[in-house]
Amino acid sequence: MNGHPFTGGRRFAATALVLAAVLSAGGAAAEVSLVPVPARGRGDACVEPTEVMRRNHMEFILHQRDETVHRGIRTSRHSFVGCIDCHAVKRDDGQLARFDDPEHFCTRCHSFAAVRIDCFECHADRPANQAPAAERSPTTLSQLARAAGLPGLPSVRHAEQLP
Amino acid sequence: MTAATPFADRARRRFLKGLGVVLGASAAPGALLVELAAAKAPDEAVSGARRWGLLIDTSQCAESCDACVRGCNEEHGLVGKDRPATDAQWIRKLNLRHRTTGHAHSLPMLCQHCDAPPCVDVCPTGASFKRADGIVLVDKHICIGCRYCMMACPYKARSFIHETLRDQLAHAPRGKGTVESCTLCVHRVDRSGQDAVPACAEACVEEGHHAIVFGDLNDATSVIATRLRSEGAREIRADLGLNTGVRYQRMPS
Repeated sequence: MNGHPFTGGRRFAATALVLAAVLSAGGAAAEVSLVPVPARGRGDACVEPTEVMRRNHMEFILHQRDETVHRGIRTSRHSFVGCIDCHAVKRDDGQLARFDDPEHFCTRCHSFAAVRIDCFECHADRPANQAPAAERSPTTLSQLARAAGLPGLPSVRHAEQLP
Repeated sequence: MTAATPFADRARRRFLKGLGVVLGASAAPGALLVELAAAKAPDEAVSGARRWGLLIDTSQCAESCDACVRGCNEEHGLVGKDRPATDAQWIRKLNLRHRTTGHAHSLPMLCQHCDAPPCVDVCPTGASFKRADGIVLVDKHICIGCRYCMMACPYKARSFIHETLRDQLAHAPRGKGTVESCTLCVHRVDRSGQDAVPACAEACVEEGHHAIVFGDLNDATSVIATRLRSEGAREIRADLGLNTGVRYQRMPS
């Protein structure tokens, strides 16, 4: 429990709250949480354990940001775009949640913790398309030619990564 | 730092670097060719072994055509608000006419990806920087929007974002209060190396013109280096000694 935000009397109060919630929920203890539980991403596990991500995600993103912008390193493990792609939240109306939507993966916790982030003033807050990264449109002319089944330069217009 | 280096020193350094490449090639020609041909791995940092650039053949550039501009706008999600004075523009077409002879020609103008970029010299925060492979970029995380770089650029190549944006593209993050310019489609370059084709060059080919060639200026076997060697090309404002990465061919003087 090192570094747990609740200590002493507050921990007792928190425990009491949890107990009360468990009792009122009638056995649905697994569903109860005092903090927001953001939507799970795709796949079996995150790139790091949840506890590590909860405390250090900003460090990972900050580090990767400088590596990518200045040194051209574009690994996917701590990629910001990777987070957005994996943790997209579909709303009831079928649309993907945007950052100003309380259901958005980042907003769930950041509004609770009152930590304002400005990532989405520049970055996309939803995946560009629903397909996983590997299935995205080709980029180079030769890739385009291969995708179109042409031997030489194609005359098709690129339609890549537009939403 | 490069800008402060006397021109002779820079020329000497380039010569020595060239000599190193020649010696290396004679020692292990196979290994060197393989190394140059391979696209960069995602976890590999960019290096000064390459210098990306463009060769623009102005005789292939049609006056009525703006396919490169449209291709760039589409690729990076640059949507104008019909305000030419402030709308973002990473590449623009210039139609020039000689004052006395009346001879007309056309060319695209964009960030010249200088070896000694004035925008980097004047940036107070280090946001404006040159990557090891010669691509000049703005780190928008540390740009404060002062616009000194816009004033310093001899090519008028940079834009400032005045208004809040929405629906930016994942590979082209951009937002209010920062300066931006041509990135040489760095997201494509990082993925595909010398097979990459910037959006402007791609659109030019699709339009049936072949005015823009992208490639590695340091790789003697690349199309761009071969053509530069055999056909020659000019820098715009060569008098400034910026050693631009974008070169223009068949420019009437």
